[in-house]
Amino acid sequence: MSDARVPAGKHTLSVLVENKPGVLARIAGLFSRRGFNIDSLAVGPTEHPEVSRMTIVVNVEDSPLEQVTKQLNKLVEVLKIVELDGAASINRELLLVKVKADVSSRGAVLDAVQLFRAKVVDVAPDAVTIEVTGNSDKLADFLRVLEPFGIRELVQSGVVAIGRGSRSISERTLRPVPVPVPAPPTGSAG
Amino acid sequence: MTHQETGAPEQMTGALSLIRSLENAGTENIFGIPGGAILPAYDPLMDSTKIRHILVRHEQGAGHAAQGYASATGKVGVCMATSGPGATNLVTPIADAYMDSVPLVAITGQVGAAFIGTDAFQEADIRGITMPITKHNFLVTDPVEIPRTIAEAFHIASTGRPGPVLVDIAKSALTAMTDFGWPTEINLPGYRPTTRPHSKQIREAARLILESRRPVLYVGGGVIRAAASRELKVLAELTGIPVVTTLMARGAFPDSHPQHLGMPGMHGTVAAVAGLQRSDLIISLGARFDDRVTGNLDSFAPHAKVIHADIDPAEIGKNRYTDVPIVGDCREVISDLVVALTADADAGTTGDYEAWVEFLVDVKKRYPLGYDAPDDGSLAPQLVMERLGAIAGPDAIYCSGVGQHQMWAAHYVGYEKPNTWINSGGLGTMGFSVPAAMGAKVGCPDTTVWSIDGDGCFQMTNQELATCAIEGIPIKVAVINNESLGMVRQWQTLFYNERYSNTDLHTGADRRIPDFVKLAEAYGCVGLACDSPADVDAVITKAMEIDDVPVVVDFRVHRDAMVWPMVAAGTSNDEIKYARDLAPEFEKDDL
Repeated sequence: MSDARVPAGKHTLSVLVENKPGVLARIAGLFSRRGFNIDSLAVGPTEHPEVSRMTIVVNVEDSPLEQVTKQLNKLVEVLKIVELDGAASINRELLLVKVKADVSSRGAVLDAVQLFRAKVVDVAPDAVTIEVTGNSDKLADFLRVLEPFGIRELVQSGVVAIGRGSRSISERTLRPVPVPVPAPPTGSAG
Repeated sequence: MTHQETGAPEQMTGALSLIRSLENAGTENIFGIPGGAILPAYDPLMDSTKIRHILVRHEQGAGHAAQGYASATGKVGVCMATSGPGATNLVTPIADAYMDSVPLVAITGQVGAAFIGTDAFQEADIRGITMPITKHNFLVTDPVEIPRTIAEAFHIASTGRPGPVLVDIAKSALTAMTDFGWPTEINLPGYRPTTRPHSKQIREAARLILESRRPVLYVGGGVIRAAASRELKVLAELTGIPVVTTLMARGAFPDSHPQHLGMPGMHGTVAAVAGLQRSDLIISLGARFDDRVTGNLDSFAPHAKVIHADIDPAEIGKNRYTDVPIVGDCREVISDLVVALTADADAGTTGDYEAWVEFLVDVKKRYPLGYDAPDDGSLAPQLVMERLGAIAGPDAIYCSGVGQHQMWAAHYVGYEKPNTWINSGGLGTMGFSVPAAMGAKVGCPDTTVWSIDGDGCFQMTNQELATCAIEGIPIKVAVINNESLGMVRQWQTLFYNERYSNTDLHTGADRRIPDFVKLAEAYGCVGLACDSPADVDAVITKAMEIDDVPVVVDFRVHRDAMVWPMVAAGTSNDEIKYARDLAPEFEKDDL
């Protein structure tokens, strides 16, 4: 599945941060105070326990994007920022949706589930709950198909994204770069 | 993260660990006020032989004093306050230090770790509150983290683009027992400021400099913070390129130097503003194209290419397109430019700026800084500045507040050396001057320190005169008393049909509330007054002779004096007025 259909102005940033309290507030605060809107944000652990990874989708032109990236880079707890190109990366969201489905409509709903390679995770007499993953377009298409049955509730995650190929954006980030502390002053100033 | 510690760890309270850490980080002076949550730290502080604590009267004063100390000495300024209101009173100086890149470490007490988040007495989320106005901040709840956090705070505050760092420490961490060990190294993987400029960018910059015909060195506060004045003078004299110094950079280049066009911007000199407007190359060194310098951005220096050197990559290209970006420490950038351009000069290649320099010399001659003495024989504020500068001289430190007096002080005192002009440029904090002067005097006790303040500003923080009198910090304060919030009044005169809404402070002869002379005396200072041009020299000389107590001089100046030149807010720098309704005249073919 190709993710090349990224709307103009949308950019996906992968941000590696130190896993410390308050780091999400710093990043969210920076976006709002510099006047940028976040379309979607997902945070989670990485292969290194001390590093978290955020995937942030912003809707900005190129030159404000450069400014927000530079401002993000100034945060002490931000380790690395990579903009993921739509075609050269894989983007996924998770959707959980509760759809009306009684005996008469359940078959049609299950057909849609199959077509979209989704999964029923809960069944009630008058509804089913479906789990599906995919890029934004696939999830939007799926919801359009389900809509006529009646969507009772839905919840969707932010985008998580990873670059294609064998390269890793995190492997060199954790290299320690120690800086010597200046020696304590000697003698007493009184 | 690994940290090698010096020697075997020692058992002590978190509070003593904090004081030891501050000593190890080189702290000699702390400005602060104790209170509940920070109280444990004040007990071992009393025994410190290395740290002098100066008890201020308001935490805002502590913060500005630490800024003044840092700006005068180049060292990290340290202030300390308790939780809640103590911490929130530091917000203004922290924001000020953030805007003006002042190395500052603020230590605040926080309620005990178990109480955080419960709306406990004197609890405020100061870490959350200061996130947007600090370079970085910390909340420490585990006492073992105190030494490392203090080491990191000082490192972050003083390296790269300097700035404020707040360390909020829970009371429970101060009272608990812990192992103290001072780290020998810091590992902040996300913090690696670039100080060495890229040689390719230097070569490209040198090429543009040699190709240009109308270049200007646009010098900002970064040159002061990087201590690059000597290098700047070499670069300017090597190339002959005219220099402008922003409000934050006054003193970075001698005012007496023939290549100096003065300060650019909203209240800049005609030569500095015209120099930038008509340039074909702006060489920006540690400046940030602030709106007060550029005026309307779209019409700012329309024909200029830009070389932008800054240690903060986010400043480059933020407001103005940059042709040659250079990330690095200003001193290294300028030194490298000098090396590159010297090599070119040795090879016989130099810039041709003769016509340009001739043009600007003429503009500077035709439109010098100037003012009319008031017809009624009353005191011109500009005269006070000129005489202060002449009598106290270029070795004194001048700290100003914000408003008309700040602009007059920037223009008329005359600065020859870096770190002798200290003001609140970015945030524009009224009340900055007196506490900043106090901090500067603590940092440079053998230097004369003048606070140049307005009557409005002075009433915001003059409680620190008590601190100065009691702690033996003999600053001198020149209150430029025009009985009003003068800069706001000037705008009301120019843009609001002379409707003076809420700008009359009644500090003049009609009410004299307060009487600044009596106020000074009440604070244990010497109070002097001056309302006549004939007495200015005598009163300044008298103030200079008093060096055991602080002195306050109430200079009762003409209230209608205005700051000129002026570019009205939001308009193009081409619309500069030399005086009211008076625009400089340039021939059409003037470059």
